[in-house]
Order: sequence, then C-alpha cells, then structure tokens
Amino acid sequence: MVTGIIGRKVGMTQIFDADGTVHPATVIKVGPCVVVQSKDMQTDGYEAVQLGFVEETPAKTNKPTAGHFKKSNVPATRVRREVGLAPGAEKPNVGDQVLASIFANGERVDIVGTGRGKGFQGVVKRHHFAGGAATHGSMFHRAPGSIGASSFPSRVVKGMRAAGRMGGKRITIHNLKVLRVDPENHILVVEGGIPGAPTSYVIVRKAVTMKKLKVAQVEKPKKGKK
Amino acid sequence: MSAIEMIEKSQLADRPVMKSGDTVKVHVKVREGDKERIQVFEGVVIGMHRGGTRASFTVRKVSFGQGVERIFPLHSPTISKVEITRSAKVRRAKLYYLRELKGKAARMKDTSKS
Repeated sequence: MVTGIIGRKVGMTQIFDADGTVHPATVIKVGPCVVVQSKDMQTDGYEAVQLGFVEETPAKTNKPTAGHFKKSNVPATRVRREVGLAPGAEKPNVGDQVLASIFANGERVDIVGTGRGKGFQGVVKRHHFAGGAATHGSMFHRAPGSIGASSFPSRVVKGMRAAGRMGGKRITIHNLKVLRVDPENHILVVEGGIPGAPTSYVIVRKAVTMKKLKVAQVEKPKKGKK
Repeated sequence: MSAIEMIEKSQLADRPVMKSGDTVKVHVKVREGDKERIQVFEGVVIGMHRGGTRASFTVRKVSFGQGVERIFPLHSPTISKVEITRSAKVRRAKLYYLRELKGKAARMKDTSKS
C-alpha cells in the first residue's frame, strides 16, 4: 500500500465535536490518483511509486511527458508526485487507483506543500528581528542594524540574515489529525491549517514521526497499610 | 456543491428562524463531572452573525439588575433546543443600544402572533 496521495487544498472551515468543541479544519480534495510509474531497487535504487492526480481539466503535455504516460498506458495528468510504500506492503501495479480510503479517521498525517509567497520582506517580518522603538526619537525602526565588525573581518559573515524573498518554499506540516474521510467524494478533512493558498497542490502522507498517544496513568493501589 | 459546503452541511443543526428583537429560551447542555443537565438561558437576541457553521447569535438578559450577554454558536451540539417566546418590532439588525437602556426604556413593541 502506498503511504501518500496527492491532494488539492479547497479551503478552511470548522468542525464541531460531540461536546461542542470547535476544531479549525482544512478541506482537501485528495485523489483519485493513478500509479504512473513504479520505481524499484534494481533500476532506481529505492522503492517508490509515482502518482498522477486525476483532474477534470485535461493535461497539456509535451512529447517527452506524453511518452512517459504512454509507457504506463494511463491518461496524462497535470500533477505527478512520488510517494513511498509502507514497509512490507504489496506494491501496487502501474495504472492502479489510489483513493482517500488509505486514511482513517483520527489518523495522523503529514502535509507537504508550497507555502504562500510573501515577496521581498524586511528582517522584522522575515527573521523576527525586534526592530527599534517607534517613538521617543529613536530614529531606528525596522532596519537590520549592524551586520558585522569593521576592519576585521572586512567582510560580512556568510549566512547573515537579511531582507529578501520570503515564503513560496516547500513546507511540511507534521502530525495533523484526520477529522473526516469521505472516499466517495474524494474529500479529506484535517485539523488545522496547511501550506499554500486554496487550489494549491499538496502531498498528504502518513505521519513519519508518529507522536506517542497520551495514555492516562492508572494509580496503583498501595500495598500493606491503607 | 463545493467540497466545503458538503462538509458543512452535515454540521448544520435544525434551528428556528430567529431575528434581532426575539426573546428566546436557549437550552444549553451543561456538564458537571460526568453528569449532564440542561440549563435555560432566556433573553433578547440583540444580534445574529451569519456564516454557515460559524454562525452565532448574541442573547442579552438582565439578571439581578446586572446585564448578562452570551454569544452562542448557532449550530453547536451543546445547544439542545432554541425556543422563541416573543418577537418584537425593531428597526435595527444589531440592538447594541439596549446596553445603555434599562427598565421601561428597554421595552420593545410585541409583534408575536399569539
């Protein structure tokens, strides 16, 4: 069984618990996906499968991409992503469908996506610099300040945090709880926010670092004297 | 139907059509330890806030001379029932002006058909 699936962020809403607790929730359209390519130990050095995200709008392909899909005899898709396999699980064949039913309610998942681009940002927003006082004539507001000493080392140390492009990078959010699975309508609802704007593509995969579930400790009855 | 509407539809509770100026009895489930009982909060609806599952309404009452307001999520499962006991003629959607009025001045003209 594969451990992940391609999805598209739909948007956010909220979900009531039975006891009235409100959970922020993100709705993701996951799948249906098809296995486009199967990677194995012999030719690729590792086991994985490449999935294609089946959408209503037909994919535009150039000749190399069309050839790639023709080899596996599946219709071309716009988005392809690679996902791993559960250890010891049976490998799906090329052309097999992968649906939201690989997840269950209450399970933990990781979401991998591209975050929203914030553009060229200053150091206060980009690196959480404190900035200066707004008033009292400080004349120092959101500037980065000193970036190093003078004659020694006569250069700026590599890795100095500065203003620049922010966001728009690959982000992984770990251990989000699955609140709802609807395999018929290909919908998955997870608790909390996920990277990217609505309509952006994400990979939903089973959590790689499972959080230990908190179990209430039972107090042992004391022996002897009461 | 969009995916969000599909998820939200299952969340919506069956509530009577309320509007500002209505006097309502809100039956709230209260948990005390492992027991559950119903508490009734009766007062005037001074505002409705729409928005699918996020919809809420504000109820105001005067308890022992002290004004008390509670904001309820409209579709919360902790609300077992909402009864409308009286409707009044009001000319605003939000009756925040009632906070400044008390006694006789805070009365409203009844429009409920009874």
